[in-house]
Amino acid sequence: MIQIKNLHATVDGKKILNGINLEVNKGEVHAIMGPNGSGKSTLANVLAGHEGYEVTDGEVIFNGKDLLEMSPEDRAREGMFLAFQYPIEIPGISNSVFLKTAIDEIRKYKGEEEISAKDFLALIKEKAKILEMDNSLVSRSVNSGFSGGEKKRNEILQMLMLNPALALLDETDSGLDIDALKIVSKGVNVFRSENNGVIMVTHYQRLLDYIVPDFVHVLYKGQIIKSGDKNLALELEEKGYDWLKNGELETA
Amino acid sequence: MGTENKELKEWYKDQFVKFEKRLNGHSKSFMQKYRVESLKKFDEFELPNMKNEEWKYTNVRPIFKHNFRPAVLAEKVEVTRQLVDKKLYKQFDCNVMVFVNGQFEPAFSKLDCLPEGVLVDSLEKVLHIIPELVENKITKLSATENSFNALNGAFALDGAFIYVPAGKIVEKPIQVLFLGGSKTDDVLIQPRNLIIAEESAQVSVIANYQPIDSDKYFTNIITEVYAGKNSIIDLYKIQNEGSESYHVEKMDVHQDETSVFSHYSLSFGGSIVRNDVNSTLDGEHIECNLFGLYLGNNDQHVDNHTFIDHAKPNCVSNELYKGILDGKSRGVFNGKVMVREDAQKTLAYQSNKTVLLSDHSRIDTKPQLEIFADDVKCSHGATVGHLDDQAYFYIRSRGVPSDIAKSMLIRAFVSDVFEKIKITELRDQINRLIFEHLQRVEI
Amino acid sequence: MSDDMKVVEDLTQSEYKWGFITDIDADEAPKGLNEDIIRFISNKKNEPEWMTEWRLKAFKHWLTMKEPKWPNVKYPDVDFQDIKYYSAPKKKPELESLDQVDPELLKTFEKLGIPMDEQKKLTGVAMDVVFDSVSVATTFKETLNEKGIIFCSISDAIKNHPELVKKYIGSVVPYTDNYYAALNSAVFSDGSFVYIPKGVRCPMELSTYFRINASETGQFERTLLIADEESYVSYLEGCTAPMRDENQLHAAVVELISMDNAEIKYSTVQNWYPGDKEGKGGIYNFVTKRGVCHTNSKISWTQVETGSAVTWKYPGCILKGDNSVGEFYSVAVTNHHQQADTGTKMIHLGKNTKSTIISKGISAGKSQNSYRGLVKIGKNADNSRNFSQCDSMLMGDRCGAHTFPYLEIENQSAQVEHEATTSKVGEDQIFYLNQRGISTEDAINLIVNGFCKEVFNELPMEFAVEAQKLLAISLEGSVG
Repeated sequence: MIQIKNLHATVDGKKILNGINLEVNKGEVHAIMGPNGSGKSTLANVLAGHEGYEVTDGEVIFNGKDLLEMSPEDRAREGMFLAFQYPIEIPGISNSVFLKTAIDEIRKYKGEEEISAKDFLALIKEKAKILEMDNSLVSRSVNSGFSGGEKKRNEILQMLMLNPALALLDETDSGLDIDALKIVSKGVNVFRSENNGVIMVTHYQRLLDYIVPDFVHVLYKGQIIKSGDKNLALELEEKGYDWLKNGELETA
Repeated sequence: MGTENKELKEWYKDQFVKFEKRLNGHSKSFMQKYRVESLKKFDEFELPNMKNEEWKYTNVRPIFKHNFRPAVLAEKVEVTRQLVDKKLYKQFDCNVMVFVNGQFEPAFSKLDCLPEGVLVDSLEKVLHIIPELVENKITKLSATENSFNALNGAFALDGAFIYVPAGKIVEKPIQVLFLGGSKTDDVLIQPRNLIIAEESAQVSVIANYQPIDSDKYFTNIITEVYAGKNSIIDLYKIQNEGSESYHVEKMDVHQDETSVFSHYSLSFGGSIVRNDVNSTLDGEHIECNLFGLYLGNNDQHVDNHTFIDHAKPNCVSNELYKGILDGKSRGVFNGKVMVREDAQKTLAYQSNKTVLLSDHSRIDTKPQLEIFADDVKCSHGATVGHLDDQAYFYIRSRGVPSDIAKSMLIRAFVSDVFEKIKITELRDQINRLIFEHLQRVEI
Repeated sequence: MSDDMKVVEDLTQSEYKWGFITDIDADEAPKGLNEDIIRFISNKKNEPEWMTEWRLKAFKHWLTMKEPKWPNVKYPDVDFQDIKYYSAPKKKPELESLDQVDPELLKTFEKLGIPMDEQKKLTGVAMDVVFDSVSVATTFKETLNEKGIIFCSISDAIKNHPELVKKYIGSVVPYTDNYYAALNSAVFSDGSFVYIPKGVRCPMELSTYFRINASETGQFERTLLIADEESYVSYLEGCTAPMRDENQLHAAVVELISMDNAEIKYSTVQNWYPGDKEGKGGIYNFVTKRGVCHTNSKISWTQVETGSAVTWKYPGCILKGDNSVGEFYSVAVTNHHQQADTGTKMIHLGKNTKSTIISKGISAGKSQNSYRGLVKIGKNADNSRNFSQCDSMLMGDRCGAHTFPYLEIENQSAQVEHEATTSKVGEDQIFYLNQRGISTEDAINLIVNGFCKEVFNELPMEFAVEAQKLLAISLEGSVG
């Protein structure tokens, strides 16, 4: 579904990604771990098309198309979804207006009909229930006045509503207490299926207790230095990252 | 400039002679004295120019380059009911007054559901039948401070007169439609509006300024508002004149104790627009709310001046003005809050925020606090910026195209002023105007 | 009136502590202003012809200008013919060491607490002292010489470094700039000159003390500070004057030039005589201070202003180079009948320029304290940022606090934010501190210092302590 080949990127002239290679297929959940500053969030933002990041080399093929050529909105319409590490507050725009607009735009792109208000409300009610979110949230402004946990839940709600082909979760677990983490994980587990893929960027192994990945990759200095299955995460939890930094490098 | 001014002044003096003839009689009335005095002041005043702090950022010379003909001396313009209907804000029940080029058109008006004792009529008529009702207010509320005020005073004849006696509540808003423009002349339209709410009275007024067609004209208004003890007045102004037109209004509000005055100033069309809103809080426990939204596009110039005068203790004022400027438009905000020596325990908040949408738009803002009392809480803030890049990316990353994403951010930006509009049916119509005016996708 | 307010009242009625007159023979110009006086001044100072000519040009321009009137400041007209434009201590101003300084003068400096003795040298502050109109002593010359730093009176600089003076004087504040800048250019008597060579970090704080002593004298110093590429300097300026019944005029010009990658920190503690409780006497302080920032450079103005009957001053930065930074940190205290109209001008011309304005005004007695500031973002100043915070505190119910910011924004990518608040010293705050065993007087000090903290943090250590003391004295009676 997505092939990332030799991806290099810079921020403000500083090299952050130094040749990432990664392939994610339908039905797979990949976890990307790594110490602070290793480039995890940069990878997520580059894939979503954030203009602050400059791709200097490499290519990304998404559903057979050149992803890097696309605008952020076209990436979203192609089925790419980024759950932001720091979701943006947009006071004055209600969640319902925001989400309905997004759904309709994606549908239009695919040549489908707009969603009816009735269906939309039913859908949001259904999804909000999974995440144990209050109905009143529909009329509240996007992320405005939300607690950190609520914002993260709202990201997952959007993911369920938009039903993307590939979900990038950027440190979705950070700042969540255990109850909120369980709820968010439930949302992701409901979402994962044979038809989509997930890339989870995280700093801690904790999230992986609830969302069990098929693959774990370690990112360090902008490169994937080790890949394995879920046991790699446990190993990291036990030993930290240092043994990898100093030890022999194994490329993915 | 000197001779130009002289010629201009001669032109209006000349028009005044013709105007006086039309008035036939009433030469001894207080109103006529006031007109003559105003004309004298107009002759004496230096025309507003950018050396004057009050006009520092607004060049009004283009207005004075034209010899506008007072509409009462120009050929009468007939309008159709269809046009009137098109220009009214709808979907809510209201009383309607219609003025065409400053003159009342009773045929198009609808004033049949007013409580007893409430008088809503043309100022000209009220001057004939109950002059004393006008006399003890009209010249006392508003001082003649510059050429525009003087010009209005010299030709003051008609306008909306709204009188709500003590204890009366006008439940349905009064929508006053002012249509301007003429095919035959560049007309000068000078409404003189007077709104009086006596003790514990309540009224809501919508002043709706629109063009008949695309002609050049100049609207120069004075609106006087008296908010008696414990009264509540909501005054909406939706200014959407033609793109070639000039619009100047001075509004003077006098508030007595425990009154609540809220003003919603929404500016859209017009080549040069200048709004002055002055409120004197002359009693304790008064609340004064000034909300404004100004949209600029193309070569427009929109200038908002506000002055809140806290003369007595324990009052609250709340001011929020927001603007969006696109194209080559220029915005000016000058908001002054004065807290006088006696006005202890004053709470005053003022905020002005502007978004610049284009490389050629410009804003000059000058929020001011003048405080002479110590036990007060006052703050003001001003920000200028562009639409939030992060939020823009966030919205697009959900599949929303860039133009709609921008519209969403515009909508988000204006939402807090928008939500202050109490007549909810009006909000959708204002929303349409915002996006129409900015030539952007409506959301 | 509550007890707390009484304390405030008592505290705010203290006398000016620096108001002594030094009895020194002075060499003076007669009163009045004309071309001859200007030639006299220039001649007294052995100036080259180009300097005299420049002064005369400025004078001629001044004659064509009108004395400005400001809406928020009221004072009687200044009679420019009733002022002496030159007054110097009779002893020769050129001294080799401090031992040669007139002992009366040294006593004065002691009273002022100016660190001129050896012991104070340990604090590492190089000092230039301007007494009335003439620079009388500059310390640490050798240490500075080693680094190639020039720190001397402007008179010396005109003689010894004419190429630098000629190039930069009037380049930031031309004599056409305003009425008082023109007057200063015509009659400036002395002041400090600083040049920091390329790549040099000035190893110590440079400092100038200005004092007006002789009566009926105007003081017109001129300061020119050039920080060449990649250099750094921190400069301090202190001002005092004796108590006199009549008003005295002080019209200084300060020009800063911060070349590529350089940084200048300019701190002022201004304590000119503010006049007595009834508003009699005091200095009229009309000062033009401006700096120009080239690429990647920075200028930071910090000021603590407690003195002067009337102050009119807006230290500004022209952010000409890309990525340059301007800062303004100010505490202005007014008491009795003082009037202050101060603020800053931040003119953004280069791309990615940033400015920060933190202004704290404290008004007491019957004083009027205004902040007036301009932030202008020019058409080409892409991605420029400004943040302004202007807070006022009122003590007593007969004073005024005013805020007049002007924001002129011509660039869409700009991000400008202005905030202002006004509050009083809260009785509940005082009570809270009382309840913790702190006297009302100390409580007010604590609150005021807390209010000004952001600005004090910007001052060099020694100055910060001095500034706090000054503030306490301006607002209190019991200290000192």
